[in-house]
Amino acid sequence: MRRFIPVFATFAVLIALFATASGMYERFFTARVIANLFSDNAFLGITAIGMTFVILSGGIDLSVGAVLAFTMTFIASMITDHSWHPLVAIPTALIIGTVFGGTMGFLIQRYELPPFLVTLAGMFFARGMAFMVSSESISIEHDFYTALQDLKIVVGPKAKLKIGAVIFLAVLALAIFVAHWTPFGRNIYAIGGNESSARLMGLPVASTKMLIYALNGFCSALAGAVATLYMGSGNPAMGVGLELDAIAAVVIGGTLLTGGVGFVAGTLGGVLIFGTIQSALIFDGRLNSWWLRIAISVLLLIFILLQRQLSRFTKTSRT
Amino acid sequence: MADALLALREIRKEFPGVVALDKVDFNLHAGEVHAVMGENGAGKSTLIKVITGVYPRDAGSMELDGKSLHPRSTLEAEAAGISTVYQEVNLVGTLSVAENILLGRQPRKFGIIRWDETRRLAEKALARLGLELDLSRQLDSCSMAIQQMVAIARALDINARVLILDEPTSSLDEQETAALFKVMRQLRDEGLAILFVTHFLDQVHEISDRITVLRNGALVGEYKTVELTRMQLIGKMLGREPEALQDKSTGSKWAAETRDEILRGEGIGRKGSVHPLDLSVRRGEVVGLGGLLGSGRTETARLLFGIDAPDSGRVQIDGQAKSLNHPRKAIANGLAFCSEDRKGEGIIPNLSLRENLILAMQASRGPVRLLPSAEQEQLCAHYIDALNIKTPNAATPICNLSGGNQQKVLLARWLAMQPRLIILDEPARGIDVGAKAEIEKLVRSLREKGMAVVFISSELEEVVHTCDRVAVMRDRRKVGELSGEEITEQRIMDLMAHHE
Repeated sequence: MRRFIPVFATFAVLIALFATASGMYERFFTARVIANLFSDNAFLGITAIGMTFVILSGGIDLSVGAVLAFTMTFIASMITDHSWHPLVAIPTALIIGTVFGGTMGFLIQRYELPPFLVTLAGMFFARGMAFMVSSESISIEHDFYTALQDLKIVVGPKAKLKIGAVIFLAVLALAIFVAHWTPFGRNIYAIGGNESSARLMGLPVASTKMLIYALNGFCSALAGAVATLYMGSGNPAMGVGLELDAIAAVVIGGTLLTGGVGFVAGTLGGVLIFGTIQSALIFDGRLNSWWLRIAISVLLLIFILLQRQLSRFTKTSRT
Repeated sequence: MADALLALREIRKEFPGVVALDKVDFNLHAGEVHAVMGENGAGKSTLIKVITGVYPRDAGSMELDGKSLHPRSTLEAEAAGISTVYQEVNLVGTLSVAENILLGRQPRKFGIIRWDETRRLAEKALARLGLELDLSRQLDSCSMAIQQMVAIARALDINARVLILDEPTSSLDEQETAALFKVMRQLRDEGLAILFVTHFLDQVHEISDRITVLRNGALVGEYKTVELTRMQLIGKMLGREPEALQDKSTGSKWAAETRDEILRGEGIGRKGSVHPLDLSVRRGEVVGLGGLLGSGRTETARLLFGIDAPDSGRVQIDGQAKSLNHPRKAIANGLAFCSEDRKGEGIIPNLSLRENLILAMQASRGPVRLLPSAEQEQLCAHYIDALNIKTPNAATPICNLSGGNQQKVLLARWLAMQPRLIILDEPARGIDVGAKAEIEKLVRSLREKGMAVVFISSELEEVVHTCDRVAVMRDRRKVGELSGEEITEQRIMDLMAHHE
């Protein structure tokens, strides 16, 4: 099955990286490190999952990092400065994120605007709004919030999944389900594969496109909420460049940037590759942390070359 | 005769400045294959678009099974039982065969897609066409013919009673076409009403029961296929006696001994593309490359023009060894190449006729020295006149011209370079009979002027009419060469079919 090759490649790279790091560093291959991979990369993972849907549909969303920053600042400010209960602040933030994404989707769909530019505008707007809420980092002081942060599932000796990791895994499972077992998910693949065909086949292209961006807005906001739980504060300068990390994770996960081809599970692989390299660098301690970027750049290139070869192969091997 | 399943009366459709359809009647019965014929611009596509709800009609009535019908979209037409399969298959290539058949209508339970049921239904839909396919195969990796069948399976699965096939065979080879026709006959016998549009005249007689001919947006008439000979049909389509088509090739005025060899390829080939072959083209000669689609004709042309570099053999131009590993070198040596893929490799749709025409000339001058506008105008005026290009003026975007006229502009683009050898790959594909005849005539006149032509065509008739010599290809090999009187449809087919 040729379409699974990129995903296999992603997990092969992940396993190879993890095995290498386990060979080089003592106590790398432990349940604790693996559990932390999920906890530490939860918010990248959640945005990358939302981004997977956008890219599968043939679109792009540059606003995710800024929406995350806005959500973080909004939640922190509402709880600390305005004494909202977290159970009010977080859902409100999620609604704002969803509406924001849906609005961008509406503009893209209704006026046939390029997603790159609409979401670029969205990125500036959300970043600006984050700094309007607060120009500085706000730490969150609330008993209920601290209790949330302390929630964890023990999965092994000294290994626990924090609430962020649990949310990440839940979102992952739900996303895989939506992508493969719902008409909405299949329509996304169809739109990304061939939008004019999708339209002629009578699929609800307009509403699906809007929903995709709304869903991604929701994911960005949820990632923001998870990030506040992870850091205990809201910072308007957070998540600069996060959108690009998310795109990289999706592409390394085997999703075609032109849409129509890819798997949510692949994105998990992409995110874990990010996390593994980062953990290895921390374990090493001597290497500059910017090696992460260099390693990602190489992987990214390899994966787009692989995709190119595969699509050539598909076209020349018609029988 | 029983009442028609689909009956159109006095349909009128106007576009700004043009009456595309004027008082057109059309009757489609259950259990028949009905061909709609006409030159480009006759109103075939408009008629189909009115039936499928793409365009609303301005006047007239349309009844399906006695009930008045006003489809406002393809979806509404589909819901009423009218499905269309287009020339360019409108499916999603990145998805599986099964999913393409049921996309948007997947069986679900509590909103969850039931994949086992989806596959079962897809299997059933394909079985109706006598097909057994790997259901999970990505559609892109299937041949055009299979994709076409999948599109038909999808159309039928939407409970179609009327199936419209818009030039379904233009990208199929003969075997694939035969397979499609088999399916069409079977569906007809099951009582489906099939509307069939094609440019291939022999196919019309092979498959259709009745023919409706349109010309300039008006109905010429409805005929039983058996009562209309091919020549009569052409006459009806053109509205005149098609003497151009009967005009046989008379042989070049250039005597064989005085013809210098312009291009000579010895053992040129490329792994995975074409087996090594010899080919020579002389001044004032039309050399045909015959063979089925995919037999290596286009691939050979691409080698000659340096689009794909040959990995074996030698090429001589005027007796001197040359390495043509890039189109630029081929152009510098006086070669020109008109691609078969008019939309993909030929025209630039949003540019004007003028800009499209001067493209190759401008490219050869480099990016800085612009062709003087007076010269541009003169070139355009010359070729619009010489090739009889029908256009309001040279500034018209080329996408507004008909297929035949686009093809002429492409020809003009290369003729303006004054090449000594021009490769024409399927110059007459998808254009109407009149334009075809004109292009054949043009090829002959180029030959009289001493130009060498490599002519690629799937239509044997065209090859026989035009060529002085024919190299016949099969399975990416040259399997024989015919010249002069030897060139007959029968001899070419024999070579295409047998090992001898």
